[in-house]
Amino acid sequence: MELEALAGCLSSMSCAVTQVSTGLIIGMLLFLVASGLSLIFGVLGVINFAHGSFYMIGAYFAFSAYQLTDSFTLAILSGALGVGIFGMAFERLFMSKVYGRDVLMQLLVCYAFILILDDMVKILYGAEYKLMGMPQTFALPPFQIAGGFIPSYYVFMIGISAVVGLVLWLGIAKTRFGKVVRAAAINPTMVGALGINTTLLYAFVFGVGSMLAGTAGALAAPIRTLTPGMGLSILIESFIVTVIGGMGSIVGAFIAALLIGLTRSFGSMGFPLFVDGMMFGIMALVLILKPSGLLGRPVH
Amino acid sequence: MLGRSSLRDLAWAALLLVGLLVLPILVPHPAMRDFVIYVIAYGLLAMSLNLLVGFTGLVSFGHAAYFASGAYIFGLLMQSGNVSLPVAMLAAVGGTALLALVIGAICVRLKEIYFAFLTLAFQMFIHSIILTWVSLTGGDQGLMGGIPRPTFLGIDLNDSMTLYSFCAVVFVACLVIMRQIVQSPFGYTLRMIRDNPHRANFLGVNVVRMKLAIFVISGTMASVGGIVMALFVSGAYPEFGFWTTSGEAIFMIMLGGTQLFIGPLVGAILLQTLNHYVTIYTEHHGLVLGIVILIFVLGLRRGLADFVYLWFQDRRTRKLEKETGR
Repeated sequence: MELEALAGCLSSMSCAVTQVSTGLIIGMLLFLVASGLSLIFGVLGVINFAHGSFYMIGAYFAFSAYQLTDSFTLAILSGALGVGIFGMAFERLFMSKVYGRDVLMQLLVCYAFILILDDMVKILYGAEYKLMGMPQTFALPPFQIAGGFIPSYYVFMIGISAVVGLVLWLGIAKTRFGKVVRAAAINPTMVGALGINTTLLYAFVFGVGSMLAGTAGALAAPIRTLTPGMGLSILIESFIVTVIGGMGSIVGAFIAALLIGLTRSFGSMGFPLFVDGMMFGIMALVLILKPSGLLGRPVH
Repeated sequence: MLGRSSLRDLAWAALLLVGLLVLPILVPHPAMRDFVIYVIAYGLLAMSLNLLVGFTGLVSFGHAAYFASGAYIFGLLMQSGNVSLPVAMLAAVGGTALLALVIGAICVRLKEIYFAFLTLAFQMFIHSIILTWVSLTGGDQGLMGGIPRPTFLGIDLNDSMTLYSFCAVVFVACLVIMRQIVQSPFGYTLRMIRDNPHRANFLGVNVVRMKLAIFVISGTMASVGGIVMALFVSGAYPEFGFWTTSGEAIFMIMLGGTQLFIGPLVGAILLQTLNHYVTIYTEHHGLVLGIVILIFVLGLRRGLADFVYLWFQDRRTRKLEKETGR
């Protein structure tokens, strides 16, 4: 226990600022992954257990694109779009075959893909750690707020994630298309009867959800080490986020992701061995007090 | 008094035990014994999981947690040197039951997909405890230094044939217990919960309590698998509690099928055989396993034992139709 360190950090403004910024980037990455998971579950009623692997291939796509073109913009785009297209293909070719069947079958399809994708990455990139490196654009002096330093990339990442999250929320809550998506989540048969191609809609939603995971992976590539199997821990954490925030709720995922992010960054100072326990504790508490999550509607 | 079906089950169990004990005499290769012990350990994991998946309709994705906890509690107690082997086994089973009770109490209230993910999450939590509590568990190195097997009641498990027979007896005993549970009124209540939880509730069944009970029972049975494994490899490793172990257990069930009591065991044998050959020929074990899973799930659409079972059923009904038609 290093609770003194935590108390010391909280009382010094500069340290608190640094830790908050770390918490924010963890939270934002989690938010992107979790909102994709939540969106897919909310509309299609399946949990994409391979979502963490999508995050992983997003990171590797970005890594390759950056190596080839030296352009960070292209790296992020290829991570996001590449995984989005991959997700759509995955939905059409595999996932759609097990809709309405046992959860067991859905689980197995995802399990198979986690194994296959991990091994593919191992074959293509090798099993060792990879570093993408910070793009030149962000080789700037860090921002200084109240004596705390925040790397410029962190600011960019938080900004981009916030924009993506906002666009997603506006798209679902305010547009006509968003209305169709919400309707399909409640009554797909009726939506189909009204002349909307639900097959296409499902593939698209799955693609968007995957794209969010890919974007998170691409954004994480410069600041994380790339390794096969890197998707698993973020899968578990983003699931905790969706449980706390409520399945299908984007705003809930946002709040919960920040909560978990800050718990992680401050917890790793104060009680490094119990950070995981703390996250699970929060989740268990939410499940006991409000099983549908902070902002979730009851699962139908 | 035992009913006819129970007697028949016991006869089958005796036959299986004799078969297991005769096998190493027929095939005197030590690799055969090792293979059977692996099948026993993972078979117990898969069969106990099927109590949840097949009989109650609870798809748990975190079942390896109890496998690992059985192995670790047993290993740690034996290494402490203070307790005899049967006591350590009982303590490991009891400790795991307690763990399953706590996790189950949180999980069984949830809808199926939530349940699957939450059990997975708790398993990863336990895995991370094993990894971080290095002073107790040895972290990612696993429980090193070997697990002593002191003689008890004149049984010396350091002899490999005795160890094999001991595992076989434990295995058959667990099968009998599980079979009894499945065939009891409680077992049929579980099937009702699987098929129609609302109706079960309406008939006055306390669904949550029943689910929790089978969750704990199934966890304890998985822990016996873990104990057998720890006893055999003389150690415990974090992989026991990793999510891939749970995934494999689920695949064993699917492979063997959920229709038959013995199905998951067939799955365990098939998967162990597959693993054995795959690791000989390639290092890309995940790739091959993943493709095999996809072929089964999307191609065959059911497990092998189910496939054969349904084929026989089909034949029988056709035969009956023919006879009645005549």
